[in-house]
Amino acid sequence: MIVETTHGSLTFCSIEPGSGLNSALERPSANALGRIEASGLRGRGGAGFPTSLKWDLAIKSPGENKYVICNADEGEPGTFKDRVILSDFADLIFEGMTIGAFVIGAKRGIVYLRGEYAYLRLHLETVLRRRRAQNLLGKKIRGRDGFDFDIEIRMGAGAYVCGEETALIESLEGQRGEPRNRPPFPIDTGYLGNPTIVNNVETFAWVVCILAKGAKWFNSIGTEKSTGLKLFSVSGDCSQPGVYEFPMGITVAELLKEVGGEGAKAVQVGGAAGQCVPAAQFERTIAYEDVPTGGSVIVFGPDRDMLRVVENFLEFFADESCGQCTPCREGTPKLIEGVKMLQQGRCSMHYIHELCSLGETMQLASKCGLGQMAPNAFLSIVEHFQDEILGRVGRDG
Amino acid sequence: MFTAGCPVETKGHSMLVTEQERLRSSLVKMTDRFGRDRSALMPILQELQQTRYHISEYSMQVIADLLDIHPVEVSSVVSFYSFLEDKPQGQFVIRLCRTIACDMNGAGNVARQLENDLGVEFGETTPDGKFTLGWANCLGMCDQGPAMLVNEKIYTQVTPEKVHSILEECRSTFGVHATVDKERC
Repeated sequence: MIVETTHGSLTFCSIEPGSGLNSALERPSANALGRIEASGLRGRGGAGFPTSLKWDLAIKSPGENKYVICNADEGEPGTFKDRVILSDFADLIFEGMTIGAFVIGAKRGIVYLRGEYAYLRLHLETVLRRRRAQNLLGKKIRGRDGFDFDIEIRMGAGAYVCGEETALIESLEGQRGEPRNRPPFPIDTGYLGNPTIVNNVETFAWVVCILAKGAKWFNSIGTEKSTGLKLFSVSGDCSQPGVYEFPMGITVAELLKEVGGEGAKAVQVGGAAGQCVPAAQFERTIAYEDVPTGGSVIVFGPDRDMLRVVENFLEFFADESCGQCTPCREGTPKLIEGVKMLQQGRCSMHYIHELCSLGETMQLASKCGLGQMAPNAFLSIVEHFQDEILGRVGRDG
Repeated sequence: MFTAGCPVETKGHSMLVTEQERLRSSLVKMTDRFGRDRSALMPILQELQQTRYHISEYSMQVIADLLDIHPVEVSSVVSFYSFLEDKPQGQFVIRLCRTIACDMNGAGNVARQLENDLGVEFGETTPDGKFTLGWANCLGMCDQGPAMLVNEKIYTQVTPEKVHSILEECRSTFGVHATVDKERC
């Protein structure tokens, strides 16, 4: 039913299910954690928190009922690589979670699957049943006494903000998906108050690859601060949209060449919450230390109206704001108003500066990532595309 | 709004007592399966939404009683999530992706044709109760847009001319869905 548009061969194809877990179980759990640390793996959801550090904090946090949660609430505009992993490499996700459970000493795991991906649930349940039958889940996994772990799938219900880890936990607990204040972090006060690791779908899959192929293999790829490979979801004005695997640290220009997006005037890296990179900066690298991304790359061709783009992003944030804090709830509609004025060619430079200052306030004062990121797109087009947005002869003449 | 033991729906059409009893017993069955902890709330609401096409005030009260929480707690959760609705939805909920990549690929034209063929605007339900037309934010099909969900089924590369056949496909499977849903309640 769904046409998969994966380009080139993915590392995930070459990993035998079971190989990562077997490798982890051969030695004490501290060894597996050490290998993940040596690999330099950082969170593939986009925030880039070091995976081994998160897991180590959860180990040290006291508690009997620790949880492993897989964040499958992929909702960032332009991101769809998790969907491909969920449908084609579900074994790797569950295995990565099982390794996580082995390392931190968890008994229960939860996959929080976004409501929009409900059609994947049946498939995931089938894989879970098979893994239970293979003794890769359940009691005494691989015959090891005391290693009991099982995974259940829970559904989201159409709220982007639930991709934020504390909002996700709120949702699992049967609450509105409103982000919590952090600290405390989920590693000590997570699901039902228990120590919890929340990792992205792709992060779990890479954990398996690292244990199967070695930390050295992984950290020899990429840059010093952003090691390894990463999946990218490429869409927009290019001839070959789809899912790609590239090393971290690839430049925007190199990426555009691979996907048939040469001639683009800008690329949105990291989704609506990310950054807009104009053509003059295509030599920048996609890495945590330069332009970070959870995988979303949207290409804008020479004829694309950037005001329409930013309007679309802002409407998205206005719709998805949980409404809890004022800068995000009230700021986003103000920016939309500003975009409409620009579209009509009725916005003074003075007012643009006011809006930018509002945007900066939102970045500083919003409670969670959603509100902090919401003004990014607006601020970038004001910075890079003033020629295009000022003095328009608009709809009302 | 929430009167304890309120016998009928306070808004919309009133429910027959037998209908209320049936709904109540199906909710009790759900709590048997999902448990009565607060964390069972979402799975219960999701199943109710799927089988009854909405979460009525009466159901909110019953769920609140079963989970031993205030009905307002249930209502606040229902109002938060875009896939949970307190007003009856059509048997087929159409959600067209409006996020940037689909927008760039012509979702606007698909939207117009959906309105034309259904005779309703976004946010509305057809008078026969079959279709609800709405928007979705990014459906994760950005490389194959425009994309839309019809209940749990995903359609990609939708064009204005494909709209009609998708709607016909829904109409022809409607009978099957209705039977399944009745059994589940």
